[in-house]
Amino acid sequence: MQAGSLSGAELARALLAHGFDFFTGVPCSLVASLITALEPHGYVAETREDAALGLAAGAALAGRRPLVLMQNSGFGVSLNAIGSLQDIYALPCLLVVTWRGYEGKDAPEHLVMGKAMPQILDAMRIPWRTLDAAAADADVAWARTRLDQRPGPVALVVPPGVLA
Amino acid sequence: MTAPVERPCTRDAVAALLPEIADHVLVCANGFLSRWACALGDRDASFYMIGSMGLASSIALGIALVQPQVPVAVLDGDGNLLMNLGSLAMTGVLAPPRFRHVVLDNGVYASTGNQPTISSRVALEEIARAAGYRAVARVRDGAGIAPALRRQLAEPGPTLLLIETQPEAGPPAPRIPYTPPEMTARIAAAIARLAGAAAGTR
Repeated sequence: MQAGSLSGAELARALLAHGFDFFTGVPCSLVASLITALEPHGYVAETREDAALGLAAGAALAGRRPLVLMQNSGFGVSLNAIGSLQDIYALPCLLVVTWRGYEGKDAPEHLVMGKAMPQILDAMRIPWRTLDAAAADADVAWARTRLDQRPGPVALVVPPGVLA
Repeated sequence: MTAPVERPCTRDAVAALLPEIADHVLVCANGFLSRWACALGDRDASFYMIGSMGLASSIALGIALVQPQVPVAVLDGDGNLLMNLGSLAMTGVLAPPRFRHVVLDNGVYASTGNQPTISSRVALEEIARAAGYRAVARVRDGAGIAPALRRQLAEPGPTLLLIETQPEAGPPAPRIPYTPPEMTARIAAAIARLAGAAAGTR
């Protein structure tokens, strides 16, 4: 993958084209350009990642197809909501989770979650993919298909350097 | 000297408030609140949260943001609200005009054995006021619930009504009889119906 070859605007266009229409979350620098691109589409800056999942759950009940952005530190905050709300109530939600602590190269506070996150995603049985800058449209299409097959949480994980 | 006011139990408080918000989408916090709301006045437009403690108000806010013309109420508890005080800030800032927050404050985590919360020392309704709720009130007696709620319903939201209650002495209400996906399907249909009706009357 070529570092920084995908812009936030390009990813936002793919998300909109594949039917995602409610955007909320808590920022991470790795997806700053995506947040900027989603702001004109009603992005709601939440106070906490699990509250963003609550907001997304309400939006889904009201007919929307939501996306929740977060750093993987916030993924830790979110686990109960993912398990006892989105999953068991079959509420569609695309999680866009940044991969801080990727390959053990980051500030100390990110290393434990950075190493454990793939196993946590698998243990929670959350379908997930690493976002590929060269195949972002296909990755978003995959997420949409998974959500249509079984409404619930689905994740696209964003390592450093994928988004410009 | 007047007699001390008797706080209503959760069951009586829920019974008093449900008729006032019968035309609202209702999101009920997990625990005994959901069970009483289901036992005393189940309907399609009610959502019973069985997990994700703290998030009832966030779920209700998500509905209200997408369908601002549909009246939405959240039946919250003191323990639930203390777990997600950030939702007061979000609701106050986003200010959906038909959003009604009702907090039953029994001062305990009832469904885990009545361990005390800190709510007796925190004016939760004043936090809501400071966060931007348009009107807030606190009631301490069962007879005051319906009039206080009616006053707020006549005003633009978001509003918050805190009702001081006492823990239930009798047995809890039965568990929610629906599976979570059943609850999702029926409230989604109810919201769509109410949104269509609201659009038709504009």
